[in-house]
Amino acid sequence: MVDATIKNEGSVMRADRRNSLQKAWQRKSTIAFLMTLPLILLILVLVIYPALYAVHLAMLNKSMQRFVGLSNFSFLFTRETFWMVVWQSCIFALTAVFFKAIIGFFVAHFVHNIPDKGQRKWRGMLLIPWVIPPAMSTLAWLWLFDPSYSAFNWILEHFGIAGIPWLGDEHWARFCVILVNVWIGAPFFMIMYLASLKSVPEQLYEAAKIDGANWWQTMRFVTLPMMRNIIMITALFSTIVTFANFDIVRVLTRGDPLDQTHVFATWAFRLGIEGGDIPLGASVSLFMVPILTIGAIFILRDIVKRGNEA
Amino acid sequence: MSKKRITRRRFVASSVATVAAISAPYVSTAHAAGKLALGMWDHWVPGGNKVFDEIAQEWAKKEKVELTIDYLSTQGNKLLLTIAAEAQAKSGHDIMDFTAWEPAQYVRSLEPVDEVMKEALSNNGPISPAMEYIGKSSGPWNVVPSTRGSLILPPCSRIDLMKDIAGIDVQAMYPAGKDPTPEAEKWTWDAFLVAAEKCHKAGHSFGLPLGATTDSLDWVGALFSAYGAALVDAKGNTTVKSDEVRQVLDYTKKLFAFLPTDAASWDNASNNKWLISGKGALVFNPPSTWVVAKRDAPKVAEKLWTHAMPKGPKGRFAPSLPRYQGLWNFSKNKSAAKSLLVHINKPESIRKLVEGAAGYDIPPYQKLLDYKVWDVQGPPAGTLSHYPNRADQVNSLPCSPAPPAMASQLYTNAIMPKMIVRIGRGENIDQTLAWATNEIEGFRRN
Repeated sequence: MVDATIKNEGSVMRADRRNSLQKAWQRKSTIAFLMTLPLILLILVLVIYPALYAVHLAMLNKSMQRFVGLSNFSFLFTRETFWMVVWQSCIFALTAVFFKAIIGFFVAHFVHNIPDKGQRKWRGMLLIPWVIPPAMSTLAWLWLFDPSYSAFNWILEHFGIAGIPWLGDEHWARFCVILVNVWIGAPFFMIMYLASLKSVPEQLYEAAKIDGANWWQTMRFVTLPMMRNIIMITALFSTIVTFANFDIVRVLTRGDPLDQTHVFATWAFRLGIEGGDIPLGASVSLFMVPILTIGAIFILRDIVKRGNEA
Repeated sequence: MSKKRITRRRFVASSVATVAAISAPYVSTAHAAGKLALGMWDHWVPGGNKVFDEIAQEWAKKEKVELTIDYLSTQGNKLLLTIAAEAQAKSGHDIMDFTAWEPAQYVRSLEPVDEVMKEALSNNGPISPAMEYIGKSSGPWNVVPSTRGSLILPPCSRIDLMKDIAGIDVQAMYPAGKDPTPEAEKWTWDAFLVAAEKCHKAGHSFGLPLGATTDSLDWVGALFSAYGAALVDAKGNTTVKSDEVRQVLDYTKKLFAFLPTDAASWDNASNNKWLISGKGALVFNPPSTWVVAKRDAPKVAEKLWTHAMPKGPKGRFAPSLPRYQGLWNFSKNKSAAKSLLVHINKPESIRKLVEGAAGYDIPPYQKLLDYKVWDVQGPPAGTLSHYPNRADQVNSLPCSPAPPAMASQLYTNAIMPKMIVRIGRGENIDQTLAWATNEIEGFRRN
């Protein structure tokens, strides 16, 4: 009798376990986890592991034989060129993101106001700079700035104006790398803002119109608040990507003249790969991570907060 | 199961056999066969890879080695990235191609190749001291100086512009197929400065790059050598504030004013384009400029003449950009690799390599600089006759005689061209010297 009871309890427990396993399998979160598992694995292998490995490298000495803690960072803080690169990266990223946002915002409005019939081809054409691989389009820009065959200088010289040392003068060179970045990145802002504009309910504009709101008031109290989250996320995403930019500077100037166009990624490449000092290169490339992380946390927290309020 | 007892005699015999098998690099034993993978620089001269393929595969067939050769382009730093990745992973090719100061950066991952060099030197005679300097950076030979891809960057001048504007007859100084004439003694850096000014004023500036590129570093290095100026001496002491450095910077301050306004950001192609477009009167480059001009601008090519460098107070130095083949110390087939390295450095192989690349490659051995390949190139006939060193010209290695680990940093960070740009933009010499001293101190980090 006792045995039978124990056996019954055992089979009940097994059945419970089976049921809970079945329930777990049927739970949406489990299915979602399994479906995202390949992506999680990819992120672990291609993002998390290299990131941790970079942290490990940044804490080794030049010959990579000894752990030195944060010495590479403290060494960098004593270098004049490092602070120049910090300054340049900030100028590059913030200026480029600002102009991409402004241009993207206005172009999105223009495209939004084009009748639906013709809008598609404009959207397609305006996205071209963004869909061409940046290294290729930057190469075309390099030829436009070329000292011997510059098309820009050719035009200027036709008007009797002396050619400009596009990439040889520090100010012009910085202008050029920012210009190319804006040219490539503005369509991304445009398409994001356009999607956001299209999601603003038409009734809000009608209500504003009934209330007698002018263009600026409609923009200030309807459009901008409705686009705010997209503007913040796009700006955040673009700031991170622009800070990490490599190809534009590498192809156009390689950091010249006098390192005055280097950004973190190109200078890290110069030190780590070309100079054979991989730990120092890793330290340079990791320098912005904490700053961008803090910025991202604040922006995302604000977005989530507003999402909850809504 | 029977057990064989190992006697002392048997142990000694086995040990001797093992040591002999490991240390006999050229014997075609079962150990010398197997697989071998080469990561070679992708030669830009058509036919440059093919001739190397033939030489290497001929050896592989004889030695019964399965040989794979990957030609890796320097475009986009593909070769450099492969070197860095393989050194990290301790896996990949057996033999890799290195340039400039890279062997010094990767010396810890390289297998000494003294036996190979002993054989190469006995076959080919003495080697250029500049090549030896990097090749033996840590004592033994760490890499084998290569003919394939090693080059110098002497002046390639427009015959007509130099004669008409600067009054210099480069063909009279450096006649085809002959030694330089006594006229060449007047070809000094001072004469160069005068010519640069005249050509600049006539709208045909000399195309001398000053960016962080090998072309910039190489000609600036040769100029510094001609004045005996070094930023760091052989013992590693900083010698930035020497009279020689001040003298060369004084010179470059004047020269900078006659260069194209954007020279500070030129890449390795900019000077070629400057000459081929017809804008420039002179560049420092291997024959690539002339070869491309022959294809794209034949009228310009007919007026180009390659000749020796100007002479400075300490001599006539040619900018050199050497290449090397190194054997990774994690290679699984070192004996076969060494055997192949000996084979490609035999005089007959070197001759085939130079001819196969139409004279672009310069052997590192002085004895082998008398090939006819340079005299027969044209038009104009004999245009490359003075591409290899003749008479008093010797190779210079930028940033030498600094210890290789330091020189490698000076080179990568282009300290010398940057000093010239700073001076040229109006910074005073003391400020520039202080900046360079500070940069050099930063390179001493271990």
